[in-house]
Amino acid sequence: MISLQNIEKVYRTTNIETLALNNISLNIAKGEFLSIMGPSGCGKSTLLNIMGLLDAPSKGHIKIADQTTDKLNDKQLAKFRNQKLGFIFQSYHLINDLQVIDNVELPLLYRDSTAKERRQLASEALEKVGLSNRMKHFPNQLSGGQRQRVAIARAIVGRPEIILADEPTGNLDSAMGNEIMDILINLNKNDGTTIVMVTHDEHMAQKTHRLVRLFDGSQVL
Amino acid sequence: MLKNYFKIAIVVLRRRKFFTFISLFGISFTLTILMVATAFIDRITTDAYPDAKRDRSLYISGISEVGYKTNWMRRSPTSFYFLDHYVRSMKTPVKVAISSNSASTNTYVNDKKITIDYKYTNAAFWDVTDFKFIEGKPFNQQQVANAERVTVISEDIKHEYFGDEPTVVGKYIEADNVKYRVCGVVKSVPITTYMLYSDIYLPYTVSKGNYKDKGYFGAYLGILLAANKADVPKMQKEFDQIAKRLPVDSKDYDKVIVKAESYMAAYLSNGNEKGLSGLTLATIIIGVFAFLFMLLPTLNLININITRIMERSSEIGVRKAFGASSVTLVYQFIVENLILTVIGAVIAVVLSLIIIHFINSANLVANLNLSINISVLFYALITCVLFGLLSGVYPAWRMSKLNVVTALKA
Repeated sequence: MISLQNIEKVYRTTNIETLALNNISLNIAKGEFLSIMGPSGCGKSTLLNIMGLLDAPSKGHIKIADQTTDKLNDKQLAKFRNQKLGFIFQSYHLINDLQVIDNVELPLLYRDSTAKERRQLASEALEKVGLSNRMKHFPNQLSGGQRQRVAIARAIVGRPEIILADEPTGNLDSAMGNEIMDILINLNKNDGTTIVMVTHDEHMAQKTHRLVRLFDGSQVL
Repeated sequence: MLKNYFKIAIVVLRRRKFFTFISLFGISFTLTILMVATAFIDRITTDAYPDAKRDRSLYISGISEVGYKTNWMRRSPTSFYFLDHYVRSMKTPVKVAISSNSASTNTYVNDKKITIDYKYTNAAFWDVTDFKFIEGKPFNQQQVANAERVTVISEDIKHEYFGDEPTVVGKYIEADNVKYRVCGVVKSVPITTYMLYSDIYLPYTVSKGNYKDKGYFGAYLGILLAANKADVPKMQKEFDQIAKRLPVDSKDYDKVIVKAESYMAAYLSNGNEKGLSGLTLATIIIGVFAFLFMLLPTLNLININITRIMERSSEIGVRKAFGASSVTLVYQFIVENLILTVIGAVIAVVLSLIIIHFINSANLVANLNLSINISVLFYALITCVLFGLLSGVYPAWRMSKLNVVTALKA
């Protein structure tokens, strides 16, 4: 599903060059639930961003859903992300000015869909994460766990084949973290969604199919 | 999509009330001033009273002589003789109105000083123009030929001179120590229509000046009326032929220049033979003024917009991650900015109506009744869209270039 070949990412400033990722090659199968672990600053998020086409590698090739993404322009990348990928962030990144339902609808705005269809799909997604009674609330009226569930609903509303989650339980206590993890496991199991999750939490990582460890930008496991 | 943009635009506006106030104040204040100015220009350029036949008329507002060797130039309104002799002999015009510049004199009624502006005209003046007669009628050809001391007066001077008398036809008005019998009263013309404005209109034959003088220079203006709109180019051509053949009457000068022009061109005519015409010059000046006037609030708005948009970098990151392309985001922010400008425009329309009401009721320029009509609104709308685009495009473009990862970290 996702194939990374010799990925390298270098950050350059005028006098310092930082190697964030060093020759990473990774294949993730369709329907796999993979977790990436490692100490802070080891390049986990950078790797996830590159997989999500939010950042470009300095070297190497990426293939997602049988498509090479190296030569896509801004518009094509946007369309690709919209249709194939869903993102979950540690700090949720909900738009506080919009109601829960409007937040969930967001990815559908960039597709050909009617308002009615959008509403329908967003309601279904919210139902899946158990928040159909919070549609008209604003994000700041919800608890951390609820916000992350809204973020999951937003990630799945467009039915993407891949979900990329950057420390989805990082800001939550263990009970809420477990709840979120259960939702992700169900998505993977029932819908066959491929999930790549960056985490600090060994316990959460153990629940996934495979674990990849990074250290100083290199893959160690 | 648009509904979504609208929703978020309103929320964003409400979130930062002070910024919104500053932005709206800048927009509405600028647009108000531009709209009132447009109303002024619109009234001056398109008001058809009292010359409703502008589209089939040509105006002669002045004549110049230039000396290429001496580098001299003189310009003034034309003489009565020039209009009567050269212009009235033309075949295409059905009528030629001749009227003098207005001059003023003081007169006293019940020890109160009144300044009266007077203008000399021929009888055709009343046929070419469409003055609205409130009472009486214009003086005719015969009365002009007989040099009768009759006059058509404006409604304003009627009230000022005669007070509340219901009818004044047949009564006498004194100007410049001569008594004239009132034969008609017309609706007043604002002073901005300077080619036709006056308080009293008199037959040219009663003029104390020498209207028989054969020089080119004098104090008269001419309006040539064609039978229909299609004849105007023909009339123009005939006039140009005459103008070309005018003999030079002084050895210091080489050429006589006189033009028959459209109302606006004549209104702004500067007699400049080679450089920019008065009309072009006025258009450029007004354009530059409007641009400069809009520049400052636009820069201010750009600045505020950048701050505003950068505050929303997390939202930009999320939208990009979930499939918005840079172009889509630019579009969204421009739409949001246009919504802001439209709100500003609505406030500006209300403010303009209040200011125009004030200008009209205070009678700052007598008889110049300003109004916000369709064309003023149309120009205001264009200005507003331009304003919205100018101040929205740059911040939107800068923001759309933001890297997603950076945007999400901010």
